[in-house]
Amino acid sequence: MAARGGVMGLIVLGSRSRAFVIGGAISAFFLAIALIALVWTPHSVFEMAIEDRMQGPSWDHLLGTDQFGRDLLSMLMVGASNSIGVAVVAVGVGLAFGLPLGGLAAARRGWIDELVMRFNDFAFAFPALLSAVMITAVFGPGGVNSIIAIGIFNVPVFARVTRGGALVLWQREYVLAARMAGRGNARITLEHILPNIASLLIVQGTIQFALGILAEAGLSYLGLGTQPPLPSWGKMLAEAQTMLYLAPQLAILPGLAIMLTVLGLNLLGDGLRDLLDPRLRQAR
Amino acid sequence: MMRFWKTGLPVAAGVLLGASQAWVSQARAANDSLTMGMILEPPHLDPTAGAAAAIDEVVYANVFEGLTRIDRNGEVLPALARSWDISGDGLTYTFHLADGVTFHDGAAFDASDVVFSLHRAMAEDSVNAQKQIFGAIDKVETLDAGTVVITLKQPAGNLLFNLGWGDAVIVDPASAEGNKQTPIGTGPFAFDRWVSGDRIELSKNPNYWGQPMALETATFKFIPDPAAAAAAILSGGVDAFANFPAAELVPQLEADPRLTVIIGSTEGETILSTNNAAEPFNDLRVRQAIAHALDRRAIIDGLFGYGTPIGTHFAPHHPAYLDLVDLYEYDPRKAKALLAEAGHPEGFKATLRLPPPAYARRGGEIVAAQLAEIGIELELIPVEWAQWLDQVFRNTDYDLTIVSHTEPFDIGIYGRDDYYFNYHGPAFKALLAELNESTDQDKRYELLGKMQRLIAEDAVNGYLFQLAKLGVWNKDLEGLWHNSPVQANDLTGVYWKR
Repeated sequence: MAARGGVMGLIVLGSRSRAFVIGGAISAFFLAIALIALVWTPHSVFEMAIEDRMQGPSWDHLLGTDQFGRDLLSMLMVGASNSIGVAVVAVGVGLAFGLPLGGLAAARRGWIDELVMRFNDFAFAFPALLSAVMITAVFGPGGVNSIIAIGIFNVPVFARVTRGGALVLWQREYVLAARMAGRGNARITLEHILPNIASLLIVQGTIQFALGILAEAGLSYLGLGTQPPLPSWGKMLAEAQTMLYLAPQLAILPGLAIMLTVLGLNLLGDGLRDLLDPRLRQAR
Repeated sequence: MMRFWKTGLPVAAGVLLGASQAWVSQARAANDSLTMGMILEPPHLDPTAGAAAAIDEVVYANVFEGLTRIDRNGEVLPALARSWDISGDGLTYTFHLADGVTFHDGAAFDASDVVFSLHRAMAEDSVNAQKQIFGAIDKVETLDAGTVVITLKQPAGNLLFNLGWGDAVIVDPASAEGNKQTPIGTGPFAFDRWVSGDRIELSKNPNYWGQPMALETATFKFIPDPAAAAAAILSGGVDAFANFPAAELVPQLEADPRLTVIIGSTEGETILSTNNAAEPFNDLRVRQAIAHALDRRAIIDGLFGYGTPIGTHFAPHHPAYLDLVDLYEYDPRKAKALLAEAGHPEGFKATLRLPPPAYARRGGEIVAAQLAEIGIELELIPVEWAQWLDQVFRNTDYDLTIVSHTEPFDIGIYGRDDYYFNYHGPAFKALLAELNESTDQDKRYELLGKMQRLIAEDAVNGYLFQLAKLGVWNKDLEGLWHNSPVQANDLTGVYWKR
């Protein structure tokens, strides 16, 4: 397993996949911006200067200002940490619930498996973004509710991946041996199953992460996600719509930010899958 | 890269818009129908039972008529009353009604309908949103089927104007209860159907008693989103917006040869409504601090600049208007000092509820940023219109909100105990009572001045600006109002030039 080779091994392996390198670089760039925004931005995003609105780039405002005279670069930076923050927590929620559910279903089989998987089918039947809109519409718009909404549709995804990966492993000799040695289901799952499906989960996590960013932008665009005055990419995009004629950069920049982040994460996910999947690796 | 932002994109956008021009001519098949865009959907369609301007914007003068009507210049014209006589002491008004008038359901109109409608509006249990406009009326009686006599308790100079409000329209006893869903009036247009969340359709009343209309059908389409509104007017899907929601697009719309853009005035005092009963806004110093912290110029500019700053609750184009904009000048330091004096040196947290119009949602962000400078941290809560009416207007469960009061001459609301400002000022009520009794113009103006100064000094609300009316419509369309002396989209004079 690549994961066992540690970080260095991953990087060495990674240089073999162009998608991994490019995707990783883009993702790392936005992650860095998001982290920097937590402690520092060129200007405060809450400070308005109406008389300076919709300016082009200058030394003071590297990317210009928005319709209220706020610094666009600072808003994009805070927007990055917002989006990424929401997506990280949402993936975390998905893992926290999906992993135990999928693991349990694979270990116990029988009616528990049926119950979990039919519930999964039920959750899958709703388009993800639609159910997120529904949840925020019922519980009110806001950052926390959008995290919950996006997290909820991650649960069945991780449950399914975990179960699918684990089912095969439960037939393996070393698992049977562990069972004969008297290990319990939970112990076997932790010691033998999880390490062997980690790569699957990492790849799926990257993809869900990209979807989470897209979903957060979508919800904020509809006014259901992050609330003003906190900036978010989706909301910036929504507000720039009627100003496309006056200041197109107000729409282009957040649009580019969303596109690049999602592209980067998808490339990273693809690259990781190529590198971590032994069958694909051999085929090369 | 930058050059592309500045030139490339507008060109690309222009090409797209140009493409939409191609099918606009097909969009309008007949020249006897009109589709009017509106930002807000009315909660129901009974103008005698609701304060929402959107009700009148659909039905006023189109579906319902009163004894008098108010025209595009704010003047009182005869409507169902063709003429009237006023007694020498100003206490008795005799109205001579129009002949051959029927309601849309075929019921005949006569003096008894007038008596019913006015009694219903004035009644103890009336749900009329503007009950005070009937305050001076003592009795309403029929003389014969075509004549109504109104007797007043005291002379009231604005009775004829008040009777022209949407809240004073004449309804039929048999259909009055159903007017919320199926409005039945005497007007030139009859209600056809209401597709909830989308549109209301009216069609020409073939039995109309007055001058026949040029339009066969009229559709009011509800488009709350400014970007969608822009797309609708540019594509020709909507023929007219009496109140266009996106001021930032005005230069672009003005440059479009297919459209007429008229910037007019409204009766809309846009204010930061304050719950005077809620902590800490019940402290005058806190309200004064807010007044000092508001930079009206920045708010108007941030909304792309078509409003007029106001310092009190009165329309600047009214002759009795008092300019009190500088009473509490923009001065954050003074504001902070006042807050400290009131016991909030570090400021405090509160909520700001924002209904859908751009002046509220966008203006709210600017107001929040301005109040943040003196330490008042506002949580912005976007609310839908129905929610706003319920939470803020009816139950006064709010701290601050932003809304435009578009009723004409509505300073009297400050004398109402049940009004959502929760302002209970005995001095104001005394002035209001005096105003209602005086008919002398100079005296009235003097009293109005005192009232304006009083509510401004008490900083009852944050007074922001007078809303401008951004009218945008197809250049072939004639007869739409340029200004809004009352809340209305009066279609009676509208026709297509070709």
